[in-house]
Amino acid sequence: MDIPYTVEPRPDTGIYNAKVGIWLFLASEVMLFGGLFSAYVLLRVGADPGTWPHGWQNMTLGTINTIVLAISAITTLMAWVSCKVGQFGKFRFFHACTLLLGLTFLGIKSVEYYQHLNHYEIKLSDGRIADGDMVSNDSAQDYVVIHGRYVTSEMDLYDLRAQKNIPDDEIKIPRSQISSMEDYGPWHNDYLALYFTMTGLHALHICAGCLVIGFLWGPGSKMWKTDPERFTNRIEVSGLFWHFVDLVWIFLFPVLYLT
Amino acid sequence: MASYQAYFLGGIIMFVSFFIPGGAAQAGWTSYSPLATSIPTHGQLFWIIGMVLLISSSLLGAVNFIATIIQLRAPGMTWMRMPFFVWAQFVTAFLLLLAFPPLEAASVMQLMDNVAHTSFFLPTGLATGGNLAHISGGGSPLLWQHLFWFLGHPEVYVLILPAMGIVCEIIACNTRKPIWGYKSLVYSVLLIGFLSFIVWAHHMYLTGMGTKISAFFQATTMIISIPSVIILTCLFISLWGGSIRINTPMLFALAFLPMFGIGGLTGLPLGFNASDLYLHDTYYVIAHFHYVVAPGTIFGLFAGIYFWFPKMTGRKMNEFWGSVHFWTSLIFMNLVFMPMFVQGIKGMLRRMADGGANYSAARVPGAIDALPGYVMDLHHWILVAAVCLGISQIPFIINLFWSMKHGEKVGDNPWEATTVDWQTPTPPPHGNFAEPIQIYRGPYEYSAPGHATDFTPQTEPEVVTTVPPTVPTHAH
Repeated sequence: MDIPYTVEPRPDTGIYNAKVGIWLFLASEVMLFGGLFSAYVLLRVGADPGTWPHGWQNMTLGTINTIVLAISAITTLMAWVSCKVGQFGKFRFFHACTLLLGLTFLGIKSVEYYQHLNHYEIKLSDGRIADGDMVSNDSAQDYVVIHGRYVTSEMDLYDLRAQKNIPDDEIKIPRSQISSMEDYGPWHNDYLALYFTMTGLHALHICAGCLVIGFLWGPGSKMWKTDPERFTNRIEVSGLFWHFVDLVWIFLFPVLYLT
Repeated sequence: MASYQAYFLGGIIMFVSFFIPGGAAQAGWTSYSPLATSIPTHGQLFWIIGMVLLISSSLLGAVNFIATIIQLRAPGMTWMRMPFFVWAQFVTAFLLLLAFPPLEAASVMQLMDNVAHTSFFLPTGLATGGNLAHISGGGSPLLWQHLFWFLGHPEVYVLILPAMGIVCEIIACNTRKPIWGYKSLVYSVLLIGFLSFIVWAHHMYLTGMGTKISAFFQATTMIISIPSVIILTCLFISLWGGSIRINTPMLFALAFLPMFGIGGLTGLPLGFNASDLYLHDTYYVIAHFHYVVAPGTIFGLFAGIYFWFPKMTGRKMNEFWGSVHFWTSLIFMNLVFMPMFVQGIKGMLRRMADGGANYSAARVPGAIDALPGYVMDLHHWILVAAVCLGISQIPFIINLFWSMKHGEKVGDNPWEATTVDWQTPTPPPHGNFAEPIQIYRGPYEYSAPGHATDFTPQTEPEVVTTVPPTVPTHAH
């Protein structure tokens, strides 16, 4: 006996099987990211006063990425609509747009990661702290060069919102004066740990979405010829996933960038 | 299938971790940080990756179960005509779907603590091996415990609800009467599912999270015992006035009731904050939850295996060896876990490297002796009983495999049950039924007055009577 309601909706629930499945899956995803967001709340509330970082992100890139994902949400929707009205060519175009926008997002994200990992906090033996982007860190030379500034206390580095206009200088620091040096990776503090973990998990979801969208754009689109209705449903279901991933970003952006 | 493959791969990774240098994860099943991050072995890494795969597996399985129950009920199978076992599975799947992901999030964070040297769960000033750990600090060990027990408690209901469902089916079938309070059962199981999400911190009374939080979780814990008692009570009352058939599945189902009752009622002192402070981490806890999961869940599973074996294979399991398995298991199960209540109340702690030998030998002037000698002696009796309990399972294993080939051949519905699972060919083909079916009635129509047999299958059409209704005559 065949399994019913794989394509046509069940009369009393009004939806087909896969749609129930994806909504349940998304409910589970909400709890997954919910776990991380609650970790964020607990760690932020529990942080020592004045030590939670502000203004550590590249707002330009973050805003561009937000817009990129917002547009991709529209193109996903258009791809599904194109399938609904039977315009396969348009579908291919819009789905390619979504895929490219997804990849653009990942590209910009990796630039942001690079910027964090190239940003160093260098503690000097005289108690001062140098903070800035690494320019030269050649182990053959007995000095490092950063593009940044000196501060007297770590407390000066946490809230950078009001300090955007302080000029950065090229600073040359002899290695003999360095007591410790650390980049702004996830090991640096809880904020960056959360930033890398949450955006990393989100980026993994973008990767998964790109794989699915790529499959449905390429080899998977053969189904359009044999079973267009079921194919349209597949686009809808994958689109729901993509919208969810966009939505997670809409929460990540204010929580990690805007505050 | 993807669910099974992820499960298989996760299992392999967990087993492989036993053979890596340093050995498998050593932080206990709760994997509390910072212990889990401090032990110098990659076993924890394997554990976490294995867990992520197992969680993905349970997620896919849960989606499958729920979507099937929502979408693929047969025509006429309304929600209130579903067997209670299906309801129990439905709620269980929701628990898995929603409670596991926070643990997955926690696993990801512990993975980052291990691999990327973050400090999600590592506090400032953490020292391991006498040296200050080289970490940024600022993390919270309590965060791990909260996320862990957010899964950990619903997980307990994941274990017990299917067993309750199985027991309900078997009791209805073997008492030959409708289950008592079907709707109460359904609403209770839904309430348990909901409440199980807000009781988790009763595992954490000793962590110093604060008395206000403890008070809240103490209240919710007491509330969740109400629907549990309703379920158990309904099952007990269902026995009343039934023409009970005693067979192996029914023996296990009957034993489930008082055994789970002991497990549940002994949980109340643990749910109260004040008494838990004393009993926490003692053998009392071990005894309590083993009464829930051993003669509770495991007896439920045994009952289910003996009950549905004929549907899977077309043959019954041997009744004599089934009852040998039952009686020996029941006796030794109690001999293993009952003494632990005594040990725990006397102050025997769990997880002591030498089983408490040093602790019991300690003599503090002016204080009561740590542990009386007989508490320590109970260990030996528990050991003997545990070995006997293990031996008692041999008849079951032999019976299981022997009966596949040589068991008594039976028809499609050997227990004369009403539910739809018994109206299929044996073993059920893809899609379960040879042709579409229609459901006409509730799940437990046993001994319906005026019916030829004492069971009326759910698929049997309503009899359209052509006889005019008789006018009642009143004697004056």
